[in-house]
Amino acid sequence: MSDKLVMSTGNKAVAAAVKMAQPTVVDAYPITPQTEVIEAIADYVESGDMTARCIPVESEHSAMTACIGAAITGVRVFTATSSHGLLYMHEMLHWAAGARLPIVMGQVNRTIAPGWNIWAEHSDSLSQRDTGWLQIYVSTVQEAYDATLMAFRIAEDNRVLLPVMINMDGFLLSHIMQPFEMTEPGDFIPPINLPHAIDVNDPHGYGAMSPANVHYQFRFDMEKSMRAAREVIAETEAEFAKRFGRSYAPVEEYLCDDADVVIVAMGTMGKEAEVAADLLRSEGIKAGVMRIRWLRPFPELNVAGKELVVIDRDYSFGFGGVIAGEIQARYPEAKMARIIAGLGGQEVTFEDMAEFVRSRKIGTEFWFGISEEEQ
Amino acid sequence: MTEIPKEEMLLKCPSTCAGCGSLLALRYILKAAGKDTILVIPACCNSVIQGVYPYMLHTVPVYNIAFAAAAACASGMSEALRAKGQKTNVIVYAGDGGTADIGIQALSGALERGEDFLYICYDNEAYGNTGMQRSGATPLGAITTTTPNGKRVVKKDLDRIIEAHNLPYQATACASYPADIYNKVKKALSIPGPKFLHILAPCPPGWRTPSEKTVEIGKMAVKSGIWVLWEKEYDKLTISAPSRAAMKKPMPVIDYLKAQGRFKKVDEETAAQIQANVDKNLKKIAAEVRIQEETA
Repeated sequence: MSDKLVMSTGNKAVAAAVKMAQPTVVDAYPITPQTEVIEAIADYVESGDMTARCIPVESEHSAMTACIGAAITGVRVFTATSSHGLLYMHEMLHWAAGARLPIVMGQVNRTIAPGWNIWAEHSDSLSQRDTGWLQIYVSTVQEAYDATLMAFRIAEDNRVLLPVMINMDGFLLSHIMQPFEMTEPGDFIPPINLPHAIDVNDPHGYGAMSPANVHYQFRFDMEKSMRAAREVIAETEAEFAKRFGRSYAPVEEYLCDDADVVIVAMGTMGKEAEVAADLLRSEGIKAGVMRIRWLRPFPELNVAGKELVVIDRDYSFGFGGVIAGEIQARYPEAKMARIIAGLGGQEVTFEDMAEFVRSRKIGTEFWFGISEEEQ
Repeated sequence: MTEIPKEEMLLKCPSTCAGCGSLLALRYILKAAGKDTILVIPACCNSVIQGVYPYMLHTVPVYNIAFAAAAACASGMSEALRAKGQKTNVIVYAGDGGTADIGIQALSGALERGEDFLYICYDNEAYGNTGMQRSGATPLGAITTTTPNGKRVVKKDLDRIIEAHNLPYQATACASYPADIYNKVKKALSIPGPKFLHILAPCPPGWRTPSEKTVEIGKMAVKSGIWVLWEKEYDKLTISAPSRAAMKKPMPVIDYLKAQGRFKKVDEETAAQIQANVDKNLKKIAAEVRIQEETA
């Protein structure tokens, strides 16, 4: 294994992983801050490092649709988008998952207008939570690369056959340079074998009218595959660790074993929270971090005996933070302070996070940056 | 004479309305295309007439896709098949709403990119599947469920929009002329790149005509010149035989209008406007042919 340590942005690391996976078709529509992903792939194709056919589609709706059209022929496909582009795909995200197509998508988290805002927020991908896609949130350039490699293997596993969305924070990760090991995956990603690939010698109808009883079965089959995906993810991450020495879990725990209070967050905030935990520990507060990586399928969390400070970089109006709501639904007994922070790319430092912990009020919601009186 | 294969590619179980023009056209499209073909169908009448899972009408694979998405789906499918070295025909079969209205962005994008597939629009001049609401392709004066007093604006000239993409092959057809459809599909599929075929498909319930009159109504459309059969291979425009004959002495459009219940609220002024529009269009086409002959 000849791993090269290279400096790269998150975007370029995703593109490099896609090059390693050698998809047959890549199609995408440009949107800030995703553009670097498809520009890098275009360079790979032009220079002969990749043999994929690139389809420069005229919209994100068509980007996801062209992925669907290509994937049903049994080939590997990739696309990338962000924010409004993801929302424009919304209808086709359902079609992709419902058609059981293992499409892999790089998704750069960005705020939704109005007003225009290109900075990080998780509302875009969380609003696509129920489309049947697996979702992972990454926190470093290395993790973006590794997660992309693993995404192809997980999506294409015949126990899963659902699409995977790799989410990374706009600019905070998509455009940040970090060193990473550009691991050659070898045969880590087996050749794709789509059992229901379209075949003129064995003609079938796809997506025809289906009555309720059949439709129920199709949807339950998707859920069964989501459940099976937990095992496939665990196997894949274990195999990845064995081969390449970097280990991951659906939830990355940091100093949680003896923690009294745990920060729960996703993406780059989940990584920076580790610095907050160190700071708090130096003050004598037994703090830890749970960084949720795989949001779908939803992971198990060890919440027993801990207070949670859940940071949502998103909001469901008239309800609350999405992640806090999900944890509360799964773990009704969980004691949590709910923090809304980082919307529109608002800067949230480890010092801010430490303060969320120090001043936490269990059972309340706090909007970082809004005055106490207004809350 | 055109030899059309006897073998049927559609099974005898469609749930179409009696006298459906789109099904008649599809019968000959598939005979021309043969077994090495995949149909891509967006939301339209043809997405519901193919039977309920697990049954199907077609003997070739059919991929159903979202309303706005047919041309993008065919793009991805065609690129992937070509990457694998397969020459399989990819044919979109879409209604006028899915083509001229909601699907036009994806269609324009695919045509501009030069994707290798045949897009066929069967035009029944309204949203038939949802119960005959007006579409951009509904003609002036036609009653639909959303134009109860007749449409007040003219039919979108889809073919001129498509022409602006400079395709290697583009043609019009009508369900009443199966041999013409057969030949045009054969020719289209022999040419690489994006192809477009626009078929007028009479719709008995929508056009308020007796179901046994489908062929006759379609022929009246051609004979009156309100629908012109032509094909354009690269830059060469050819008027197809039935329209060449019709253009010498077109039937008055009023006869075509009077044969259909959907035009019953057309007043004299509107009828005269429709006739004037037809005359103008026929002159435009004749002039185009003349210029082509002079510059040849």
